[in-house]
Amino acid sequence: MESMAIADRLRAEFPDEILHSYLNQGQAAAVVRPGRIVDILRWLRTTETIRMDHLRALCGVDNARRREPGLSRFEVVYNLYSIPLRHEIRVRAEVGDKDPAIDSVVELWPGANWLERETFDLFGIHFNNHPDLRRVLLPDDWVGHPLRKDYPLKGKEEWAGMTELLAKVRELDRFGFDPDGHAHGQTAPEEDEP
Amino acid sequence: MTRPIAKNMEIPVADGEGERYSLRMGPQHPATHGVLRVDLELDGETIVACTPQVGYLHRGFEKLAENKTYAQTLILTDRLDYIAAMANNVGYCVAVERLLGISVPLRAQYIRTMVAEMSRICSHLLWLATHALDIGAMTVFLYCFREREILLDLFEELCGARLTFSYPRIGGVRQDVTVRFIDELQRFLDIFPSRIEEYETLIDTNRIWLKRTVGIGKVTGEEALALGLTGACLRGSGVDYDLRKHQPYDAYGLVDFEVPLGSDGDIYARYRCRMEEMHQSERIIQQCIDQLPPGPIFGPDAPDLVMPNKAPARIEAGTNAYGTGLIKLIRDRNLYLTGDVYVATEVPKGELGFYFISDGNNRPYRMHIRSPSFIHIGALAAIAKGELIADLIANIGSLDVVLGESDR
Repeated sequence: MESMAIADRLRAEFPDEILHSYLNQGQAAAVVRPGRIVDILRWLRTTETIRMDHLRALCGVDNARRREPGLSRFEVVYNLYSIPLRHEIRVRAEVGDKDPAIDSVVELWPGANWLERETFDLFGIHFNNHPDLRRVLLPDDWVGHPLRKDYPLKGKEEWAGMTELLAKVRELDRFGFDPDGHAHGQTAPEEDEP
Repeated sequence: MTRPIAKNMEIPVADGEGERYSLRMGPQHPATHGVLRVDLELDGETIVACTPQVGYLHRGFEKLAENKTYAQTLILTDRLDYIAAMANNVGYCVAVERLLGISVPLRAQYIRTMVAEMSRICSHLLWLATHALDIGAMTVFLYCFREREILLDLFEELCGARLTFSYPRIGGVRQDVTVRFIDELQRFLDIFPSRIEEYETLIDTNRIWLKRTVGIGKVTGEEALALGLTGACLRGSGVDYDLRKHQPYDAYGLVDFEVPLGSDGDIYARYRCRMEEMHQSERIIQQCIDQLPPGPIFGPDAPDLVMPNKAPARIEAGTNAYGTGLIKLIRDRNLYLTGDVYVATEVPKGELGFYFISDGNNRPYRMHIRSPSFIHIGALAAIAKGELIADLIANIGSLDVVLGESDR
């Protein structure tokens, strides 16, 4: 099926949820409200002539610096593909600025588990009903969400665990570990007395 | 009894009171192929729960890419899957070309197909070598490295690097192939099928190999799809999904090859798929050599995105030898379109996707990398649960993960 035809059927099925749809470089996308995202994706996945069975990618976007008007602060983008029917569509769910949250799609694709964890980790978007929403790439005690546009490239401050790590290095030093790479801090063997 | 060594981290010590205990495998473990930590909950030797932990190699590529021009980001893709860097470069270039509407001449498309398939053979050879080593077949390791060495030498001949190439460029390739390179590659293709047979005689019907792979790590086609597995892991379960056929890029639409499919979905099926893929890659490279058309190696609408082979003799004040082209592009030709695009290519590990948002600037507004290794490690928990701890090593090996790509 043509990409735009899928978007049009989606609009006919969920008239209140679809804000608008467009075509870019031959790929169709629909911008939707976040409220019924699980229903929308389930419909795309199970409808006989659409059958989007492969969740190719799930990622967050921070729109804070985008010039286009009328965008919400965050978006969660789902790229779907149908392996038997060989067509694709992109669903962009708008997520607000305050306490960004959206329902989890792990019940549809268990593989979305880590993708949602990653989005939570790097954007701070909360996924409701997620079985195990923890940071995945960054340490658990990291402060902030680096892929937000207001997070500086160099980071804000040193990671709290760094002090602990350095203390550990000093502790290992007792066993002859030398960070400068000298010969294990060994002293020359004492010469036997003649 | 536990001994805390850091915050949220306790080393359990077997106290003999019960059979259940937890074990921390890695991050410095030779069979994890990088820095992967797996927290295991064991009942005897059976895995009750398995929690993979990644992030040790996180370098923030997505954030970095937002602060670099499209041409500069290319070198980051080398560092994703460093075993098949060429395939990653090609994937990135194909995605940027689609985003910015840049055309690539046919000769460059053929060359890129050729090097991407060489990369696939390299990756599969390294996978076979280490996977066999992990589950106890030492000899295969040395045989595979013998052929991989020939390919690495060929890459060196082509672009001067053995692992991190940055040879494909947006809109083409960096340099043309030489006659010597083609001759050497042809010599490799002539011997390679017999070498694959050599590996097969070593392990294909080896009793130990069969015991360790047949029926282990089973995933049905539906499960594999739901978990997001791609590449040989999905095709081993019988799902016909290969982006080279489904959404052909470069010269894949012009060459003839088959997509090997398994049916059992176990480690042995994935192994057979990859072995067959090496035969198909060899076929593709042969066709690329035979059909290689003459012509330019980068497109007319993106010459400035291809780095010059020689640095310009005179550099204008206030410009940068390599960056001027990019600045000119925005001002003069308005090549940078706005909008978003998701383009995926078939790399040796699976589906490598790039999701770009462009706001008309010379840098991507957002670049998301859909890395197959990250999703495969995420699926490890579901695959390894209920199996023996010794098979965990075989499972990690057969998913074919690279942590540099997983952590980005």
